[in-house]
Amino acid sequence: MTDHGGLAPILRRSAVYFLAPMLTALALAAGWPLARTIYFALTDARLDGLSEASFVGLENFWNASWGGLLADPAWWRAVSNTLIFTGVSVGLETVLGIAIALTLNMTFPGRGLVRAVVLIPWAIPTIVSAKMWGWMLHDQFGMVNDLFARMGFISEPVAWLASADTALLAIILVDVWKTTPFMTLLVLAALQMLPHDIYEAARIDGVHPVKVFLRITLPLIWPALMVAVIFRGLDALRAFDLMYAMTGNSEDTMTMSVFARQQLVDFQDVGYGAAASTMLFLIIALLVAMVLTLGRVRLTEDLR
Amino acid sequence: MMHWSPIAKAAFFSLVGLIVLISAFPFYYAVVSSFKQGSALFDVTYLPEPNLRNYVAVFTEQPFGRNILNSLLVAFAVVTLSLALGLTAAYALGRIRFRGRGALLVTVLAVSMFPQVAVLSGMFELIRWLGIYNSLPALIVANMMLTLPFTVWVLTTFMRELPKELEEAAFVDGATPGQVIWHVFLPLMGPAMAATGLLSFIVAWNEFLFALTFTLSNEMRTVPVAIALITGASQYELPWGNIMAASVIVTVPLIALVLMFQRRIVSGLTAGAVKG
Repeated sequence: MTDHGGLAPILRRSAVYFLAPMLTALALAAGWPLARTIYFALTDARLDGLSEASFVGLENFWNASWGGLLADPAWWRAVSNTLIFTGVSVGLETVLGIAIALTLNMTFPGRGLVRAVVLIPWAIPTIVSAKMWGWMLHDQFGMVNDLFARMGFISEPVAWLASADTALLAIILVDVWKTTPFMTLLVLAALQMLPHDIYEAARIDGVHPVKVFLRITLPLIWPALMVAVIFRGLDALRAFDLMYAMTGNSEDTMTMSVFARQQLVDFQDVGYGAAASTMLFLIIALLVAMVLTLGRVRLTEDLR
Repeated sequence: MMHWSPIAKAAFFSLVGLIVLISAFPFYYAVVSSFKQGSALFDVTYLPEPNLRNYVAVFTEQPFGRNILNSLLVAFAVVTLSLALGLTAAYALGRIRFRGRGALLVTVLAVSMFPQVAVLSGMFELIRWLGIYNSLPALIVANMMLTLPFTVWVLTTFMRELPKELEEAAFVDGATPGQVIWHVFLPLMGPAMAATGLLSFIVAWNEFLFALTFTLSNEMRTVPVAIALITGASQYELPWGNIMAASVIVTVPLIALVLMFQRRIVSGLTAGAVKG
């Protein structure tokens, strides 16, 4: 950034006018609703009478009579589902994303087409992928059961989405299918910025490809990879669409977002639902703060 | 890979084949299923037998045409508003030096980390107060939270990299900052605006939670909610043929869009995430 000499003060004054519309929109669509949600978390508001809410302090989180959020086993089940979902799906997506990106980074005939096809799952709306996979995983007529039975993997149809053992796993796999392209895309972009001469030198010296990957490629793409993992992780922590569309409000797959919405809308209990929403917000805010301070991820070059 | 052994080559191409198969098969299977009627759906087959009755049924048995129109209106309004607000803000954030600029950028970025459910009850109250519950403006307002932060972020990154001589000449000639944005930056920002606009469009088109919560009647629903709530004669009898047909209808244009603008989207995504 350079100063514009005599222009700088005029420009600085005009900055307010250029920023005001954007800031107003963000305050209206995000800031104010968030503040109200946090306020509702401290009240006994009901959906049909938001204005008649009275202040109850932290009772929605913890109280002696009915326990509150922190004593609710359903909430902790949702927390654990969300953490399992986030850890497993982001982990798999990262490993698969790197593997596919390395494959697509090779020169081979038809590479452009393959790169385009790989993007298809990412282009499909989440609700549509949920329905497509819901149909493929159908217990009676699904092609997955049919295929597995023909190949001899299973002797009788599995109710993938209805049984507690497989429902979360099935949803994780659908999420991996849908979001691995995003990871692939970001890793591929990072791979393409790597200098060629290091690889040339390694090849001449006869260094084993695995060693080249671990010693050269991985450290060089690490910063980009970490940013991608953080973005995906934050996304997975607030996951809602897939679970809601595939298994509704089922406890086996309920995430924190699904829990909060069920309280807010289905049970009309705005105070309690807002408390759950606020907890989710706090967890994510805490994680972001930790990443920003502990990690060496720099979000912008010249923040001042 | 020219000097690879035939076995290595075969293994490599099977791997590529597998990646392509897994990526494309579920959508292909949805297309095959969307042509099937009644009990034909209960047999697993892999070859399409085109029959458009489900496609007609989707439009006649429910207001799916209206749902598509709703989604288009919301998405276009969200894209236009995000780009207009984002471009002016990006000019201030990217080209003007003032105190608190960095903090402001971080605040904007922080909004993109908000879980949607965290604003749900506050937004519900606001929407009811504005009298726009169960209408498209409600969805337009709500969607701004999802698209505006990354639009500002990506446009600021692009704006910052343009040479500083650009606007100086215009200012010397007596142009106002508004004219500079309109006549100097707008034409140069074309590719960046196309990339972020496309991403906003996809986000707004796919958005589910707000649309599910802030609309009530069939006629006001957007496409994802309409598809999620398609029901059959009884609760246990989902019309899978119709659901697959509706899914194919809304996905084909999206896949076409993504394949056509592949490069732009990748550059937009990577500017937002990798560069930072």
